[in-house]
Amino acid sequence: MKTKQDEKMNLLEEYMQEMKKQPYAESQLIGILHKAQELYGYLPEDVMEAIAYGMNIPAARIWGVASFYHYFNLEPVGKYTLSLCLGTACYVKGAGKILDRMREYLNVDVGQTTEDRLFTLQEARCLGACGLAPVLMVNDRIYGKLTPDSTIELLDKLKKDAK
Amino acid sequence: MGDSVTTNQPIEKRPRKQVEYNIILCSGPSCLHNKSSELYTEIVKQLEAFNCQSKVEIILSGCLGMCARGPIMVINPGYILYGDVGVNDVHDIIKGHIVDKTPFSQKVIHEDHLFNRFYRVFGDVKFFGKQMRIALRNCGIIDPEKIDDYLSVRGYEALAKVLTDYSPAEVIHQIQDSGLRGRGGAGFPTGLKWKLTADAEGEVKYVICNADEGDPGAFMDRSAIEGDPHSIIEGMLIGGYAVGAKKGFLYIRAEYPLAIKRLEKALTAAREQNFLGDNILGSNYSFDIEIRLGAGAFVCGEETALIQSIEGERGMPRPRPPYPSVRGLFDKPTLTNNVETWANIPVIILDGAKWFSTIGTKSSKGTKVFAVAGNVENTGLVEVPMGTTLREIIFDICGGIPGNRKFKALQTGGPSGGCLTEDSLDTQVDYESLAKAGSFMGSGGMIVMDDTTCMVNVARYFLEFTQNESCGKCTPCREGTKRMLEILTRITDGRGEVKDIEKLERLGAMISKASLCGLGRSAPNPVLSTLSKFRNEYEDHILHKKCTTGSCQAMLTYSINDQCIGCGACIRVCPVNAIKGIKRNPHTIDSELCIKCGECMKVCKFRAIDRV
Repeated sequence: MKTKQDEKMNLLEEYMQEMKKQPYAESQLIGILHKAQELYGYLPEDVMEAIAYGMNIPAARIWGVASFYHYFNLEPVGKYTLSLCLGTACYVKGAGKILDRMREYLNVDVGQTTEDRLFTLQEARCLGACGLAPVLMVNDRIYGKLTPDSTIELLDKLKKDAK
Repeated sequence: MGDSVTTNQPIEKRPRKQVEYNIILCSGPSCLHNKSSELYTEIVKQLEAFNCQSKVEIILSGCLGMCARGPIMVINPGYILYGDVGVNDVHDIIKGHIVDKTPFSQKVIHEDHLFNRFYRVFGDVKFFGKQMRIALRNCGIIDPEKIDDYLSVRGYEALAKVLTDYSPAEVIHQIQDSGLRGRGGAGFPTGLKWKLTADAEGEVKYVICNADEGDPGAFMDRSAIEGDPHSIIEGMLIGGYAVGAKKGFLYIRAEYPLAIKRLEKALTAAREQNFLGDNILGSNYSFDIEIRLGAGAFVCGEETALIQSIEGERGMPRPRPPYPSVRGLFDKPTLTNNVETWANIPVIILDGAKWFSTIGTKSSKGTKVFAVAGNVENTGLVEVPMGTTLREIIFDICGGIPGNRKFKALQTGGPSGGCLTEDSLDTQVDYESLAKAGSFMGSGGMIVMDDTTCMVNVARYFLEFTQNESCGKCTPCREGTKRMLEILTRITDGRGEVKDIEKLERLGAMISKASLCGLGRSAPNPVLSTLSKFRNEYEDHILHKKCTTGSCQAMLTYSINDQCIGCGACIRVCPVNAIKGIKRNPHTIDSELCIKCGECMKVCKFRAIDRV
């Protein structure tokens, strides 16, 4: 049986074959990276290497291009980016404890993404919502006056919504 | 100008489906964000409920420009403009307007700013208020996803005219005579650019549309593409014919998915009708367009960097000469124009260079689209003839500064521009006048700031942006902007040093002189222009550690005055327990503990908290 990973790679290979037929095939690199990110959610190293073989472009150049453009993620990113404010007000109101609970609950450290690609945990500088401290920003939305317990409740709810 | 502007036909005169009413629902980015797609479903439902669906055609249009009041909806005939429309209002609007034939007055926008007038007079008079729409002529009027709609407003007629009546040289003449200049910012004469590419040696040539709109707060190109993609395609077709290119590239930001979708749809439709492809309209001219996606690099708006990016490389500018018109994409002669420039081309061909050159000022012809944002009543898109004053744009068209605040400064040209003060408000919008006043045209971002804005902080914000976007190729820009940003951050944090102003000026001058491309050359502009016009603010920050607008949090001190009755409200909200005091006795703030969040000031009912 084919795994999901193989399927993605096949789709990418197919796309590259198509692009190779175009004049100046190498110029399609950014488009191919877009396709890879669309399939994988980010650009894993082995995928970039596969592109290097597939398109006959040095892997170093691919890395150079991928790291130049902000749009490409070189690390996996979750569906929800959790930016916990660690500004003074939030910290005093217990953001540190919340961070510990979140780390424990998600089993990731700051800057990492959970295995199910649902959550990316990040620290934030003051979000300017001190009145609501402590606050957590989930993608573009702000949740305030959190406690360790209510934060975990929120994560549970997000998990449910994602399904 | 007589009858020359026939592209601006009102919607009733066009051969459309025979219906009594048109509902134009804005599907621009802001309105979509405000759930205009849910409105569509509700409109369809309500029309069916009242059994009048056969009387009405719904048109999903591009951005109408009045983003501040979105979602926007227009019902014709009558040009009644509805704003802030919620799903629950749809029932009342349909019942009132279409069943009972009286507009639902609660949601009608009455103010006589640009947009209302624009609709009342559009089609009969060329000057709707102080706006004039040439580049955006079809935006908000046609359905951008239907090629027939574009054809009904004389779409692709300019292409047909060019292919049958004009030689390539004659087309270039027309563009040169029109006086059109590049709308991307620098204002290079478009006709001359075309001529240089046409004269360059080589069999294979390319045409590029630069839709890598990256200035924060600017969305002119996005709206033009989302509202009227065919105009840009037609412009490129004419450009390709004039310079002898068979292939065009449309370089667009990946962050604009709707614009990309509409362009793809438009390209497919144009191919089906043989406006693109081989032997276009039976002529021996063949041309096709390929979309290439950007990937979030501001510097790729620079012509040579953009070319590198299309070639699949890191988007870094390269030195010129050789100029792209001689050696550009894949080392072939290449013509690059910005979205707005391309959108102007079909009109110039149809209505004539002579007509076009009557609009505007001596050196700048035609119109310019601006995205006006910041502290202004009507934020949105505005297209005005060159020569309109900044005061007219901000106060007459955009309704002035909200909340009775005072105008302080205007930033044009985005992060590469400069700021202009009250004294410059009567400056006419054209390339030379803006440059003389100390800013520049730029691609059309316009940020209005009122007296609550700290200019040092604004300069820091813009520099943070350019520093982040510096491609790193040349040292003055890569290192210089970083050092400048450090100094500015120090100043806004209250750690400024006396020599900082001098250092900023020296660094700024050096970066401007020594950088390779426009990004670096213009990066210090926001700092240098605020330094020359608001030097006192810098001095306040550095010498007195004071930010008069209260924007720079680190410099504020909160204290309690004798108005305090000792109610304890501030004690309860203070997140760091910095306020102490006994009930019914004046409280005090411990400035060592205070983190300057301002929560106490918000809850105090007695104005007992001072902030200096």
